[in-house]
Amino acid sequence: MKNSGYFSQFGGAFIPEILVPTFDELETAYLTARDDPDFWQEYLDIMSTYSCRATPITRLDNLTEQLGGANIYVKREDLNHTGAHKANNVMGQGLLTKRMGKKRVIAETGAGQHGVATATMAAKFGFDCTIYMGAHDVARQRPNVFWMEQMGATVVAVTEGSQTLKDAINEAFRDWVTNMDDTHYVLGTACGPHPFPEMVSWFQSIIGTEARTQMLERTGKLPKRVYACVGGGSNAMGIFSGFMDDNDVELVGVEAGGRGKGMGEHAARLAYDDATIGVAQGYKTYFLQNTDGQMQDTHSVSAGLDYVGVSPILSHLHESKRVRFEAANDKDVVEAMQRTVRNEGLIPALESSHAFAQAYLEAPTLSSDDDILINMSGRADKDIFTVADAVDDPKWRDFIIDKAEAYRQEMNND
Amino acid sequence: MTRTPTKLEASIRQALTQKDLLLMTHIVLGYPSFDDSLRVVEDMVEAGVDLMELQIPFSEPMADGPVILRANASALERGATVDQSFEMAERITKEFDIPFLFMTYYNILFSRGVSTFVERCDQIGIQGCIVPDLPPSEGQEYLDAMGKAKLSPVHIFTPNTPEPRMQELSEKSAGFIYSVARKGVTGKDTAFSNDIADYLALCRSNTDLPLAVGFGVKSRDDVDFLRGKADIAVVGSETIRVMETEGVNAVKPFIQSLVA
Repeated sequence: MKNSGYFSQFGGAFIPEILVPTFDELETAYLTARDDPDFWQEYLDIMSTYSCRATPITRLDNLTEQLGGANIYVKREDLNHTGAHKANNVMGQGLLTKRMGKKRVIAETGAGQHGVATATMAAKFGFDCTIYMGAHDVARQRPNVFWMEQMGATVVAVTEGSQTLKDAINEAFRDWVTNMDDTHYVLGTACGPHPFPEMVSWFQSIIGTEARTQMLERTGKLPKRVYACVGGGSNAMGIFSGFMDDNDVELVGVEAGGRGKGMGEHAARLAYDDATIGVAQGYKTYFLQNTDGQMQDTHSVSAGLDYVGVSPILSHLHESKRVRFEAANDKDVVEAMQRTVRNEGLIPALESSHAFAQAYLEAPTLSSDDDILINMSGRADKDIFTVADAVDDPKWRDFIIDKAEAYRQEMNND
Repeated sequence: MTRTPTKLEASIRQALTQKDLLLMTHIVLGYPSFDDSLRVVEDMVEAGVDLMELQIPFSEPMADGPVILRANASALERGATVDQSFEMAERITKEFDIPFLFMTYYNILFSRGVSTFVERCDQIGIQGCIVPDLPPSEGQEYLDAMGKAKLSPVHIFTPNTPEPRMQELSEKSAGFIYSVARKGVTGKDTAFSNDIADYLALCRSNTDLPLAVGFGVKSRDDVDFLRGKADIAVVGSETIRVMETEGVNAVKPFIQSLVA
């Protein structure tokens, strides 16, 4: 390793010996790409022609008026191809995979957004693709599984452990230690061993770079606060990085408060006191673990935020107090989503709605001279089953019952 | 470089004066239960095992394949704690006169405090540790503590490891070198072939420590293949598989069939 990959005490590369040369190769490819302006230009080109960059910022006119405080702006990462910021990372890593001459990609996915994004990238670049997804998440996110399979990816339901994101990551590593010669592991967030946290943040920095310029153009000044939800932390790192050196801009990371404090009830590693520093999945950060160092179950209404660890860079920014961490609970999150849908016609994913919930809480306490910016990391189409349950919509339930009945009759007639 | 052999290396060298190939086995403490762990160790020692790895269960065993992974998960589901693992290991080292090592993941050491963990190993008669997710570059505190206690930190050679790195790993190791016969996780099939013989010769030429070979060793033929090419054959997942499919009583005859 050329660089230790530490952010104060967090990060590092705690990897099995078999992967050491693979990580060396990846770090070299990443550093070479970083030094090569042509690489970033190629990346910008592909993001503007294949995804929807630059994504706009939208002012929430109605909610700004209703809440009666700061002007609320939203960075529209939902308008990326596949509906989330995940596209930024996978296209970047796809270009790196091509550079390294590898023919196969693997990825873990929680909510399924990163899996879908990786599958589209693999389809476009002609890579073989295997996606590891916790069996529990496969059950929660069938529409995403459907699209991954349509795009030619093999989706493996992971039945080990808690059957969620962390278990999918372990399985992806187990694949990689066998197939590293022709395979790149497209890790989906700013976590894992060095250089992943730094590299994923670099690809996601496209969000913050655009957003800073757009806010200056639009309002003539920088926002007072920037809000982003934090699962692994890649969308937060992406938007925060644009404002990192602007000390007057307060950065607010919003974690999954779930059902409230207490181990197992939430996935807030930094906002609550239940997490402690540990080393797992190849890096050192705050984990929701017991005193023996065994990882504990987490809970969130959103599949994409219920991860036991958090980006080591964010742990560092938490300790240095550059980023303030809050947690939004399930109920407030669903309300914030419904409020945004009804008043603005935007459909934030349940993950992103955590950032909206916190912003709506704080906006009335600010002045109308202040602007705040929310990163809308993704859209909620994929959450339609969860959201329909959360809002308890009887018409949706009737639709599913009718649909199931029609399938059943079809099968009986065959 | 001159170095003083650790107690573990000395006992391996001593055993090698009697046999040309030693046998190391692996169990997961608390799986299926702590009582069974004790019983299996007793059977293994009686069957002629020369040294043993005792794995302290961890919730995220990244380098392990399905068999050991499930054994870890099952032990934890039954409430296995690190303290219980220490207590059982202490009982085992007192009762049986072969060297025992801990195998576990770094977070188990880190959570307890690395030096506290190592001191406890020393107190209870554990002679070495294998920590597969702790490369020497991240493990200075661990290496210092192990050195101070004169215990053996065992590192891993793989078919991907370049020779200069083998030498570096060897310098940071004591007791023996654990060489994995192939890529991948524990417990999958390995075809023992000329390629592996060449690879083992390369391992041999880059360390002066005894050489153990593991990952996929599961039969008498595999063990015989390693004779003359390595010092220690490691049978890990297969004994657990035998225990699962044929019961705890089948472990002893299985081990005997490997070494008879």
